[in-house]
Amino acid sequence: MIITKPRDWSRIFANLQSVGAKSVFLMGCGQCATVAKTGGEPELEAAAELLKAEGYEVTGWAVGEVACHLGGTKLETRKRVGDIDAADAVVVLSCGAGVQTVAESVSKPVFPGLESVFLGNVIRAGVFEERCQTCGDCVLDLTAGICPVTTCPKGLLNGPCGGMWDGMCEVLTDRECAHVRIRRRLAEQGRVAVKVVAPKDHSAKLKPGALNLRDRKTPSAGSGS
Amino acid sequence: MSKLRDALERGDFVVTGEVAPPHGTDMSAMLASVDRLAPYCHAINVTDNQGATLHLSSLAASRAVLDAGSEPIFQQTCRDRNRLALQSDLLAAWTLGLENVLIVTGDDPRGGDHPRAKGVFDLDSTQLLEVARGMNGGVNMNGAALDGGCNFLLGAAAFPEAEPADIQLERALQKVEAGAQFFQTQAVMDVDVFAERAAVLREAGAKVIAGVLLLKSARVIKFINERLAGLMVPEHLAKRIGESMSPLDEAVELAIEQVAALRDVADGVHIMPLGADDALVRIVEGSGLG
Ligand code: SF4
Ligand code: SF4
Repeated sequence: MIITKPRDWSRIFANLQSVGAKSVFLMGCGQCATVAKTGGEPELEAAAELLKAEGYEVTGWAVGEVACHLGGTKLETRKRVGDIDAADAVVVLSCGAGVQTVAESVSKPVFPGLESVFLGNVIRAGVFEERCQTCGDCVLDLTAGICPVTTCPKGLLNGPCGGMWDGMCEVLTDRECAHVRIRRRLAEQGRVAVKVVAPKDHSAKLKPGALNLRDRKTPSAGSGS
Repeated sequence: MSKLRDALERGDFVVTGEVAPPHGTDMSAMLASVDRLAPYCHAINVTDNQGATLHLSSLAASRAVLDAGSEPIFQQTCRDRNRLALQSDLLAAWTLGLENVLIVTGDDPRGGDHPRAKGVFDLDSTQLLEVARGMNGGVNMNGAALDGGCNFLLGAAAFPEAEPADIQLERALQKVEAGAQFFQTQAVMDVDVFAERAAVLREAGAKVIAGVLLLKSARVIKFINERLAGLMVPEHLAKRIGESMSPLDEAVELAIEQVAALRDVADGVHIMPLGADDALVRIVEGSGLG
């Protein structure tokens, strides 16, 4: 899921001021931002209170099913067209993808209410860790299912680097070196580490990423290229 | 011709030293250091933004060392450049007459003087060694022929005493596989442990130049233990220096003892005098290597 954290409210207020907004419609997301406890119903209610306390009128709020889903978000905003029309601006408590979908669905100024920080694993409720950066050229097959691109602060494919000390990471000194973990797990599984993991194909991570299943003639043969 | 390569091939016990390019354009202090060290060293490392802090480029500084009549080891870190820039700089180094390269990953920018910098790490040191070996064979990293190749002596860093040992050794052997012809190691703290692990690398065909760090004061030892990644001075050495009436002399004495012990188990020593160039001279002379 996409991990979000609250955005500094002073920035949001400055955004609202920049368009002279007096009234606001709030939108959240029923998926990631709800799990991250940043853009679900309780957070939207709290945001509404905060805005009111600052003298803004809140014309309404909605938690869409999946904020980044364009069709769903268009449907959701159409249902609330009256409240949205009554607002000078929309603040979206979702990841940046959701903000952009909302911005595409309404004609009002739309501002982000959260910071999108990473694609995270849910370790347990409320504890998230970044373990994949969606690089498009996955090496997990060579690294015993531990991602060095993400979990080694330097993103080294062949490690450990010279700063590793007693199995611990040079940069994040309270953590085990990713490469120590990789090599241990490989050994536990009786697997031999690849001699030299080849340089990454950064072209696989073209910006902006796009994938159109409808264009694919044989979906199962998707090559990722 | 690389004097370092000749000496290593002959089986001489080599001595290497180290200088840092200036934080600016005035190379006089660096060159003064080179003048002092060069008569006692086969080659001198020229560091590359060491500690992720800004310095004049190792490329230009290495050339200046060469112009001053000494032999540099051009250092290249993976931290600051992508694969195009790294290869481009290697080609430049060869055209500038630099024949020895030490390839390292580099410290994380967050520990340096530009903590907001983007660490590049497009290639890691192992991968860059492989690229450089390919360039020695006349091709770029995609296998395309170069218009004129190079013939570097390729070096890498190794940390033989670091734990877990098997992982460190596997990693160093991986670098040999990728093209490392010699290693310069992290400062040796326990010669026996070092010897055991260096033997594996030497058997694999790499020359091993052992790091000797001048533990010149209790303050320096404290700094090393607290701030330098991948190094820890053992208690008995810290005590020996700390309790000495003359820590610097004691540190030189200790280094001379280490060099003597390393004579049979390494192919040379890389002496890091932490700015005390005269101490390097005393260590080399005291060891009978002068
Ligand atoms: S290698 Fe790339 S795709 Fe695979 S887990 Fe790591 S970042 Fe994600
Ligand atoms: S110690 Fe390991 S995880 Fe940390 S930066 Fe070095 S190689 Fe990466």
